[in-house]
Amino acid sequence: MSSLVKAVVYGAASLALYALLFVYADQTVEFARRTREGEKIWFLVPIVIAFAFSLVHGAFTGSFWEAIGLRPVDKKRSK
Amino acid sequence: MEAVTFIHIEAASVLQLFLVGLVGGMVSGFIGSGGAFVLTPAMMTMGVPGIVAVASNICHKFPKALVGALKRHEYGQVDWKLGLAMGAFAELGMFAGKQVMTGIRRAYGDVGTSLYVSAVFVVVLAIVGVFVLRDAWRLYRAERAGEDVHTHRVTRFARWVQSVHIPGTMMHFRSLGASVSVLFIAPLGFATGMLAATIAVGGFIGVPAMIYLLGAPALMASATELVIAFVMGLGGTVFYALDGAVDIRLAMIILAGSLFGIQIGAIGTTYVKDHAVKLVMGLIMVIVLFSRLFYLPGYLSQMGRIDPLGADLLAWLTWLGDGTLVLALAVGGLAILWALVRGMAEHRQQHEELAAVDGVED
Repeated sequence: MSSLVKAVVYGAASLALYALLFVYADQTVEFARRTREGEKIWFLVPIVIAFAFSLVHGAFTGSFWEAIGLRPVDKKRSK
Repeated sequence: MEAVTFIHIEAASVLQLFLVGLVGGMVSGFIGSGGAFVLTPAMMTMGVPGIVAVASNICHKFPKALVGALKRHEYGQVDWKLGLAMGAFAELGMFAGKQVMTGIRRAYGDVGTSLYVSAVFVVVLAIVGVFVLRDAWRLYRAERAGEDVHTHRVTRFARWVQSVHIPGTMMHFRSLGASVSVLFIAPLGFATGMLAATIAVGGFIGVPAMIYLLGAPALMASATELVIAFVMGLGGTVFYALDGAVDIRLAMIILAGSLFGIQIGAIGTTYVKDHAVKLVMGLIMVIVLFSRLFYLPGYLSQMGRIDPLGADLLAWLTWLGDGTLVLALAVGGLAILWALVRGMAEHRQQHEELAAVDGVED
């Protein structure tokens, strides 16, 4: 998969994640409130979200810079 | 205990956090840490309570560090074993650091902790910052004079550390090319964690410690610091998330920018030599050190050590202190961009010359 295609695919996925976060923003605040009130299991919510965003958005930002020509020097040499 | 409340987020704040995250990410990708100390005050200026700002900052830190570590792993710069070993002790150090802060707050109040944090800033940054900067300058001059600076030089202390053999505690580390006793790793990791709990940037101890006390090359040390930051960040996030203090909306907004930044920082390291990492790190440390000077009169007047200062003057001094922190990041960010742009141009030129000789196009 070329870096441009990758950037578009992961970019769309990343955008979707942020859209979901925006739509369900109030729910995340609610989960934090319930954690404070003793339902400790909800502490997992921000951690799972953080992992998901780091994988998808991280892949997007990586391929984004590659697509616009920002590449590491060693990688280029080995190609 | 301060109340945990989540603020209403405005578009302007989103943009501000995105930008600070972007530059902070660049610096982290390059020197292994940094950026955190600007994000927490930035959030607090927006009205986020201190504990939520700290919690949300740390929740953006672990995914950022993970992405950065994976990226620099691709370039063969990460020593996972060293990072995880240091990280485990850093976790303990972070916990101890928090206890110390809580103890000081109980005894002397908030102004006591502020003064303690400033003192740690000044002492650590003055000693380590000047040392790192001096070393970078020495390398730079040697390079200009045409000396061989490509081979990484291990300090005398690090050679001694590598020569000590304590049965049952030895671990081999790829970045050092040697075995080192865990008894040396433990205090360094612990100090890194304590510093992270105090000034939010443990790398200011971790990276120089790996370079000068253990003997790791600067590029590998800054990459490995990302693993330590990941371990500490994950532990810290769990800790704060259990209290319901993490505002995931804020954390993910900062992450949006910082993941763009961390890729630039990581790519930047492939174009530079060891001294550039030291130079950027030393520069940031020294500028941050000066930022503290602007906060000191305020703390002293609050404690009644000097005559009370006017509200206007206090606001100005705080603004100058915050401004200097932003300056430190901006200088770091620009230095990284400059190194990247210059490196890419040089590389392209070499590439074109080669292509001209071979008579082939890439």
